[in-house]
Amino acid sequence: MKTAVHFEKVSRHFGDVKAVDSVDLTIGEGEFFAMLGPSGSGKTTCLRLIAGFDQPTFGDVSIFGESTNGIPPYRRNVNTVFQDYALFPHLSVADNVAYGLMIRKVAKQERRRVADEALEQVQLAGYGARKPSQLSGGQRQRVALARALVNKPRVLLLDEPLGALDLKLREEMQEELKNLQRTLGITFVFVTHDQGEALSMADRVAVFNEGRIMQVGTPQDVYHRPNSEFVANFVGSSNVLPSELVNELTGKSVPASLRPEAVKIVDEGGFEAEIVDISFLGAATRLSLKIDGMRLHALVDGTKAALEFRQKVRVDWDAEDLHLMYDNNG
Amino acid sequence: MAESPAITAPRDGVLGTVSDVLYRRPTLLLLLLLTPPLLWLGIIYLGSLFALLAQSFFSIDEFSGVIQYRLTLKTYGELLAPANLDIIVRTTLMAGSVTVAAAIVAFPIAYYAARYARGKWKALFYLGVMLPLWSSYLVKVYAWKLILAKEGILNWVFENLHLTWLLDAYLSIPVIGGNSLSVSYSGTFLVFLYVWLPFMVLPMQAALERVPVSYLEASADLGASPLQTFSKVLFPLAMPGVIAGSIFTFSLTLGDYIIPQIVGSSRLFIGQAVYSHQGTAGNIPLAAAFAVVPVIIMGFYLWMAKRQGAFDAL
Repeated sequence: MKTAVHFEKVSRHFGDVKAVDSVDLTIGEGEFFAMLGPSGSGKTTCLRLIAGFDQPTFGDVSIFGESTNGIPPYRRNVNTVFQDYALFPHLSVADNVAYGLMIRKVAKQERRRVADEALEQVQLAGYGARKPSQLSGGQRQRVALARALVNKPRVLLLDEPLGALDLKLREEMQEELKNLQRTLGITFVFVTHDQGEALSMADRVAVFNEGRIMQVGTPQDVYHRPNSEFVANFVGSSNVLPSELVNELTGKSVPASLRPEAVKIVDEGGFEAEIVDISFLGAATRLSLKIDGMRLHALVDGTKAALEFRQKVRVDWDAEDLHLMYDNNG
Repeated sequence: MAESPAITAPRDGVLGTVSDVLYRRPTLLLLLLLTPPLLWLGIIYLGSLFALLAQSFFSIDEFSGVIQYRLTLKTYGELLAPANLDIIVRTTLMAGSVTVAAAIVAFPIAYYAARYARGKWKALFYLGVMLPLWSSYLVKVYAWKLILAKEGILNWVFENLHLTWLLDAYLSIPVIGGNSLSVSYSGTFLVFLYVWLPFMVLPMQAALERVPVSYLEASADLGASPLQTFSKVLFPLAMPGVIAGSIFTFSLTLGDYIIPQIVGSSRLFIGQAVYSHQGTAGNIPLAAAFAVVPVIIMGFYLWMAKRQGAFDAL
């Protein structure tokens, strides 16, 4: 696999703040890559470094092997879908989509043809004459996508592309984006703070915290085998068992992560716990348990026997579900 | 613990009752608030405008100098006499060039203020732009006369730089030149530009402030060079501000009668014509007809701007 984007010891400082702190990262061609992290973790800055809206303080970002140092955004064959979509309000939908072509002085007729085609691709055929303000949020998003894609970028950057949409639309767009990426084969790099989105869409995920990458891997990797407390907590809000407890259980003095869905309610054995919070989620029921002053989250089958607030239960888990985090640096 | 009541007792007195009534009937409140200013605008302002318009359809008897209150277009015929037409063309050209120059000078200032200035720099910007508005208009105009006069500071600077020949060459250009800057159209233009500039900067800055950075980034992202981004995105989006500013600079220049009187050649502008016709000449109908001209020009200007799509970004 060819390398599409490569970060070599990249830092971006804003005064004393290290927004991006010595990041090394390789994104392969045709990959659907997610940058996941809380706000202020540096993921958006990394995206902006690829787009060229920002320049690294140290290090180099290269795109398909070419250094981008000092190269302005308009010379990079990379396009962005902005978080606020950034559709030009004074232009029609078709003119928005054809903007990149107009800049490259493509003939008017050809421009219209390509724009219509692109609008069709995102299921907005016939919307070309409208103004962006006449579209719904979901439709604007599709226009932004079409506007980026008509330029046939080598890499498509998506900044929290689904953040402003409601849940149902978001799920629809997730599927559509994935399909689109598969058909086009373009490298997609998208930034999100929603771990569910990252896990469900991406081929690989980089988890950011405080300007650094904590872990890079497949969704399965970061979900089942987090390398740090931060990743365990941030991706799927895992339980983190302190090293003393893990030492008692396994004889190894390292912290361990335990997925809420791995915690089971048993009739005997295991540990005694008290339910201190209970929320019904539909497919499952989420429990907050108190064991010896420690909090443990559990996700149990919602259809099982009725559980009640303040009820005493016994809980247990399989030994292999306990993931030891040897290289914990969080 | 005593429970607080779910609904509190009505407030005492007339004020309490009035608040309750107005809360239930917000349109009544709106009506009460709007009536005085609407009366003011409707009767005093629009009324006098129509009175003016009506005056322009009367005429003056050339021999007796008495106004004849009979509807006629004779005064408008007079307005189109070559000497008067000259005044109109001169004023419109001046207003147009002042507006264009103000837009060019104001843009970088407004752009800087909207995009980069924060905190105390922004305060400094507002102060810098507004400060000239705090002092008397006459003081500023006379100050400029001193700057531009033959014995003024500008001449002195040119002299010391041994560039008097350059100034002389400029002043020898017909129309825009003259005996000295203070008695030339260039001088009038400079003073107009200075005095009206804040009225261009502020609306422009407000318009630019509403353009999110992401639009400019999106444009660059789609391959546009900074110049292309300016002409295809930034300028069209700033257009409502430019138009708003130009309404000020254009109409203020069209109506002003003091600046060309103090700094400039002795040739008349519309404002001066109105002033002299309604004053010493006592020709109120012609003065009124002159005063109608800027109204018509502004109406035409706005109509053109709308047709050109200047308000599309609103």
